[in-house]
Amino acid sequence: MKKRQAIVIGCSAGGLTALQSVLPGLDARLGVPIIICCHTGSADVTILVDLLDRHASLPVVEASERAPADPGVIHVAPSGYHLMVEPNFHFSLSVDAKVAYARPSIDVLFETAADAWHDGLIAVLLTGANSDGAQGLVAVRRAGGFALVQDPLTAEADVMPLAGLEAAGADACLPLDAIAAKLNELCLP
Amino acid sequence: MDVEDIEIQLFVRAMQLRHGYDFSEYAPASLKRRVQQLVRTHDASSISELNSRLLHEEGFVARVIEGLSVPVSEMFRDPLVFRTLRDKVFPVLASYPEINIWQAGCAHGQEVYSLAILLEEAGLYERSRIYATDFNDAALAIAADGIYATREARDWSRNYIEAGGSHSLSDYYSARYDFIKLDQRLRRNVTFFNHNLVTDEVFCEAHLILCRNVLIYFTNTLQDRTLGLFRDSLVRGGFLCLGTRENIDFSPAAAGFGDVDHALRIYQVGGPGARALSR
Repeated sequence: MKKRQAIVIGCSAGGLTALQSVLPGLDARLGVPIIICCHTGSADVTILVDLLDRHASLPVVEASERAPADPGVIHVAPSGYHLMVEPNFHFSLSVDAKVAYARPSIDVLFETAADAWHDGLIAVLLTGANSDGAQGLVAVRRAGGFALVQDPLTAEADVMPLAGLEAAGADACLPLDAIAAKLNELCLP
Repeated sequence: MDVEDIEIQLFVRAMQLRHGYDFSEYAPASLKRRVQQLVRTHDASSISELNSRLLHEEGFVARVIEGLSVPVSEMFRDPLVFRTLRDKVFPVLASYPEINIWQAGCAHGQEVYSLAILLEEAGLYERSRIYATDFNDAALAIAADGIYATREARDWSRNYIEAGGSHSLSDYYSARYDFIKLDQRLRRNVTFFNHNLVTDEVFCEAHLILCRNVLIYFTNTLQDRTLGLFRDSLVRGGFLCLGTRENIDFSPAAAGFGDVDHALRIYQVGGPGARALSR
């Protein structure tokens, strides 16, 4: 089975709790970059980064413009910008119009990451009250990436995972507490 | 190679060879998204159809340029940046008999008017000259009009107060139906004109350059070239203000700039941490 090279995660309403549940379960030896787009509504993502860093098994940082998507690090999209992955696996930002009413938009992150990593990408769509991420999930699956959607029954807000499943389907649809183990299995040698 | 990626390369070549616009050093991910958006806007079946129209259809290039520089901004975006300009940069500017400010990539002009208001309130406007440039003529026309949708402007009053404004933002515009129009007196010392950061050169000796969230669309190479252009345009001790998430660590030309406020991306030629200029 092909070893995956990167993980992107999208979430909105209920996202903080969901991430605090998933991130501690990730194996500290995961040698892939993990990139999160979480709608927070706040002007500053620092608080989210600090909260996640307390629980995660890997370092959590705000994704830095032009910097490489370092493996073994959890990168969080800054507020007010779309976060993109360039073909050379470095981050870029844009202030283009909102996509799916959001900036940062999960669709934008997923689509550009799919362009960069193709079938090496795993995309995870978690709880949320809007349908951002659904089109991104379509792009990920079209590129041969692995789509993992949180079981809507276990989601604080089920609109986002349901929209993802309807638009793209999924390679796995798991309850929240099974997601970290699946990611470890897909990424560890 | 992906067909769409080939089409984008051909698009870039067509813009370059037919119209003299060089997008080859634009960061690929956002360029691709914007070209895909153009396909939707113009109801084209593919990027190749856009390419064909670019080559054959009179006047189409202007509409493409309009779509390729989608300027999204607001007045006093990141209020703390404007407050810090007022508190830390304006006192230095006040020591010059004439103040030249270059707003590079002014898009729809929201920041030009923001700056004009702050200069006015600091008593510096009369001796200031603001050069507001963009490579998109349609955007420049909108900037010169200073008319914005009321719904866009909802947060601007709060931004203005947080930026340290001393009046009410509504003192500076007239509201009509769904639009607000900025007081045209605010542009009496503003010159709007076309300048392309990719190909055009130094045109003034500036004391302050604002260029926020423009270089984020450029590759490292073009970012570095543009920072060199800014450095050469600024007087010694001149200021540069970029977007708050921009990263100039990979640019050799950035070595000439030191921090005024690193978190807010306000720099000064020869400021703390700057290295000797290599011109």
